[in-house]
Amino acid sequence: MEIKRTSLNRLHQEHKAKFVEFAGYEMPIQYSKGIVEEHKFTRSNSGIFDVSHMGQLFIYGDDALTEDLEKIFPLDLKNLKLNSSKYSFLMNEDAGIYDDLIITKIEKGYLIILNAACKDNDFKILSNLLKDKYKMNLDEEKSLIAIQGPKSADILDSILSGVSQLNFMNGNWFEFKNQKVFITRSGYTGEDGFEASIPNEFAEEFTKKLIENGALLIGLGARDTLRLEAGLCLYGHELGIDKTPIEANLKWAISKERIVNGGFIGSDKIINQIKEGTNQIRVGIKPEGRLIAREKTKVFNESELVIGEITSGTFGPSVSGPVAMGYVEKEFSKKDTKVFLEVRGKKHPANICGLPFYKKSYVKGATK
Amino acid sequence: MSDVKYSKEHEWIKIEGDIGTIGITKHATEMLGDIVFVELPDVGTSVEKDGNAGVVESTKAASDVFTPISGEVMENNQLIVEDPGKINSDPENEAWFFKLKIKDKNELDSLMNKDEYDKFANESDS
Repeated sequence: MEIKRTSLNRLHQEHKAKFVEFAGYEMPIQYSKGIVEEHKFTRSNSGIFDVSHMGQLFIYGDDALTEDLEKIFPLDLKNLKLNSSKYSFLMNEDAGIYDDLIITKIEKGYLIILNAACKDNDFKILSNLLKDKYKMNLDEEKSLIAIQGPKSADILDSILSGVSQLNFMNGNWFEFKNQKVFITRSGYTGEDGFEASIPNEFAEEFTKKLIENGALLIGLGARDTLRLEAGLCLYGHELGIDKTPIEANLKWAISKERIVNGGFIGSDKIINQIKEGTNQIRVGIKPEGRLIAREKTKVFNESELVIGEITSGTFGPSVSGPVAMGYVEKEFSKKDTKVFLEVRGKKHPANICGLPFYKKSYVKGATK
Repeated sequence: MSDVKYSKEHEWIKIEGDIGTIGITKHATEMLGDIVFVELPDVGTSVEKDGNAGVVESTKAASDVFTPISGEVMENNQLIVEDPGKINSDPENEAWFFKLKIKDKNELDSLMNKDEYDKFANESDS
């Protein structure tokens, strides 16, 4: 199959991107500055991420669609306000995760942002579940560009006036060169930021404007270190068909009202796991010293028994040390539990820790 | 006068008498990206030509370090253990990895000189 390219591919090349294949797309892993610099720039300034490989699924319908989607997703969609977004999952009957996603209520239906590697399968599953009753469009005509970091609101506002008025997990339509652009205040770096859904023909010009105003292109490498420091899950690593949202410690994403009444795919398992607990759970793991424990590293307890496995691990540039997430047996999941990580045949000490690893040093309107 | 030779695994070795100082080349660091962790062979261990002699990790992945020739490790560079970023900034000088007592100088014949290595690195790049 031929490799796909996003509408920003030429711009990536101009900015000396190193490319990798990701979910069938040629994507920039880093640019000339390198992952550590790109990571730090996003935390202190404003980074631009081409996430056009992700799926933008528009489903059109009225109240009947909302009802049908509530039979699928663990969300209170009836009370979801126009232009508001929620993080959720597409699950099977056993609450195994097909994909994690962001769903936004738009005027004539919903917009669902899907992972690149899952989007085609998601489309099939959703088409079947909705019995082709509604118009569905996995839109390839639009690019998706994330702008993340503390200066992003000012930079984006200078191009699309009013953007900085958006609340977190809310969106609206703006105009760029007479084109409608849907902007949401969201992201996946632990920073304030936005995602812009924009027609392909205007994506490059829009991105160049952001660069002119001081933002920099950031690759998938830094996107991974940023999300990991922020304690956010990545599909295929922390999340998969063999994991449930409860095991992934994402109960917060399931609407309270839906936990009481169920009626969505996987609800029996979810409600049962909330009541009974799970055998394993996702935790943060902080290796002592500088050692990096990568995905698939075995986790041991003090009696040298395997109690879990790392799902993501790297060096966190903002915390200046190694960071990891993984699954461990429930009884070893308490903060500060001492564990051992087997790397290259040797066991190295580490501690279970809270997430995120990195928290913003300032809080808006903090009272304490 | 010292002599510097290069391996196909992108290590350099500076030879002074029967002591060889070993590190990784600038080209290697450019391929690896930001180095954030390094593991060096212990002093006193014997390493075999083309065998494992440590690990470097970038933000992306772990890579083995090989020794271009055999010998006994006399010294390892704690400076790069404490500050792995030095390997990116000064790979062919301050950020050497370890020094070894060369076991067999004939092994040096299989290595490349600077010109040969530069050509090799350019070719393997494309």
